[in-house]
Amino acid sequence: MADFSWSTVVYILGGVGMTSVLIISAMLIGLAIGTVMASVQVYGPAWSGRMVSLYVWFFRGVPILVLMFLFHFGLAGLVEEAYLYFFKTRLRIPPLASAITVLGLCSAAYQSQIFRGAMQSIPAGQLKAAKALGMSGPQAVRVIILPQVFRISIPAWSNEYSIMLKDSAIAFVIGVSEIMSRFKAVATTTHRHLLMYILAGALYFILTWIGVKLLAALYNKIRTPGLAETGPSN
Amino acid sequence: MIDLAYYQEMIPELTRGFWLSVKIIVPSATLGLIIGVLVGAVRGMEYPRFLVKPFNVYVSLVRGPALLVQIFVCYYGLPELAMLVRPFFEAHGLPPVWKILYLSPYAASVLVFSLCSGGYHSEYIRGAILSIKKGQFLAAEALGFTKRQMFWTVVIPQAVRRAWPGCGNEVIYLIKYSSLAFVVSAKELTGASMSLANSTFRFTETFFAAGLYYLFLVTVATWILNRLEKAYAIPGFGRA
Amino acid sequence: MNQPILEVKNISKTLGGKLILDDVSLSLNRGELKVLIGPSGGGKSTLLQCIHYLINPDKGDVLLEGRSAAEMGRRNICAFRQEIGMIFQDFNLFDHLNAENNVAVALRKVKGLTKEAALKRARQELERVGLADKATLYPAQLSGGQKQRVSIARALAMDPKVMLLDEPTSALDPELIGEVLNVIVDLSKSGMTMLMATHQIGFARHLTSEIIFMERGGIAEAGPPSVLLAEGSCSRTADFCSKLTELLGKNG
Repeated sequence: MADFSWSTVVYILGGVGMTSVLIISAMLIGLAIGTVMASVQVYGPAWSGRMVSLYVWFFRGVPILVLMFLFHFGLAGLVEEAYLYFFKTRLRIPPLASAITVLGLCSAAYQSQIFRGAMQSIPAGQLKAAKALGMSGPQAVRVIILPQVFRISIPAWSNEYSIMLKDSAIAFVIGVSEIMSRFKAVATTTHRHLLMYILAGALYFILTWIGVKLLAALYNKIRTPGLAETGPSN
Repeated sequence: MIDLAYYQEMIPELTRGFWLSVKIIVPSATLGLIIGVLVGAVRGMEYPRFLVKPFNVYVSLVRGPALLVQIFVCYYGLPELAMLVRPFFEAHGLPPVWKILYLSPYAASVLVFSLCSGGYHSEYIRGAILSIKKGQFLAAEALGFTKRQMFWTVVIPQAVRRAWPGCGNEVIYLIKYSSLAFVVSAKELTGASMSLANSTFRFTETFFAAGLYYLFLVTVATWILNRLEKAYAIPGFGRA
Repeated sequence: MNQPILEVKNISKTLGGKLILDDVSLSLNRGELKVLIGPSGGGKSTLLQCIHYLINPDKGDVLLEGRSAAEMGRRNICAFRQEIGMIFQDFNLFDHLNAENNVAVALRKVKGLTKEAALKRARQELERVGLADKATLYPAQLSGGQKQRVSIARALAMDPKVMLLDEPTSALDPELIGEVLNVIVDLSKSGMTMLMATHQIGFARHLTSEIIFMERGGIAEAGPPSVLLAEGSCSRTADFCSKLTELLGKNG
């Protein structure tokens, strides 16, 4: 394996860095938007709940690949034109930004449903008890409900992480230089497709495993004693 | 943006791609479900370890790496394997079986999608079988069922019902991930949209329209899956 | 007698098209314990939650020390609620917080106490209900009776002027009821003003100044236990209580 040099390893590790930036940013965006959407859906007025349902329906129904094309080749171009028109300078939206946006918005749809389920599993009485102690509605959700929701959601979150990690490979089609695209480049130059793609698969395997283990450790550290694995009981 | 002539050009192109997508999705979903039920059954029933182990390996192989990697392995990787084994076959005068390793984009897609969704289905089926109360197995044995009869009349009807929501989700995923056939240059919905958009530079409208086609597929599939679930629902089942 | 500490005026509430409360009025003097009894679905829970403005009544008003809840803005309602403690049938402890933090969380977040001050106060309140040694246990590690005592400590920590208790013992196993009732007796002796929905008649009649019998969303009758529960009084209350006693035994 003369063609397998250290520089190749470094090149691939750079892809790991890129993939990490991509999925960590996307999951944080998803966490922020998903939390708000779930709160609105569970505790907000009916019309706002319907807006969230519509959002979720759209992002769960359209493939990530199509969304990547739509955002990067379609909408990003429109944004760039508008920017040029208003600010008279060129803006170039990098593929990474489009990929983070798409994965973040998709993750928001999924995470909102994870959090919604968790919120609904928390007995309604706790919100009442918090209000009875003088908390306002949003304060009660923030102080009492969300800490429990995040704890309950960690197992589902680790599932979402492994889905995200695998979906992030799709970003290579719009030119993000992440793991998949780097392996493909190496495979093309070395003509060792089978080996490279098996190695790529193994790398995804390892990254999934590391992430899942980390989240499991986190879960064990902050889970509430006496509460069942699946969630709270009363 | 409203340009009727363009829509007249776009809709037939996308519809052609749409039908190819359907031709990928329907066999993959069917095969996937069959694989899932069989593999899930082996993994959920108490079979000896050496029998179960290979299936566990299969499931972690399809669940671990990104789907794109699996498609690349099948489409670009398998021909390399064919070249490796070819001299062996020719030297021994064996029929050229290695030729099947050269997959068309369509065959590679259907193969990967079936295997992948089969792995996920099997997880749901296995979980469902494990959740059936063991007393029922004893009762079936006491009534004189053979293991095979028990499997088809007691286990499967309950397991499929319990696993249905999960399996249904998996079918929805399959519909969306069928777009990945694009990367091995299949001319399905996404591929058709891409070549159209590339020649007209109308990326926004084209991919938005493609998105609507997928939404349509997903919505119809969800509706069918729900109808089936309702049609076969048993009062009070699955709440315990 | 001076002005009542809590006045409930003509409260009505319709939920899901059904009239749950129909023009209910009552009042509580300082240090008084009144008992709400009556069949399930008679509106007791809804009444208590309306008094606390956890459910907004359609009509009517609640006056706490003469201040009208109906005229308060949304923000002031939170302050109003702090002054009234509420004990729920199913405890409603916060599952992710241990006993002392269940008590401390509102002290910190609503009253703005520091962490240390809140926890100190929380431990005092837990000691008051006899749970000093359980302060670091989580709800899922406590028995039903202990959970209810934590929830009482949680309410007391806010220094409420009035306590509303919604069947505080009905979700408990019989052997755990006593420990909660003892805490309530102590509270009553210390001069806390309380309105309690309960089926524990035998217990209530010795503490309460008035029994209020609720049925179909209204107050069917009210009076001191010595009158309503007198031998041969033929009151609806006596009738209802004798049925309860038959069902639940003497201490029911």
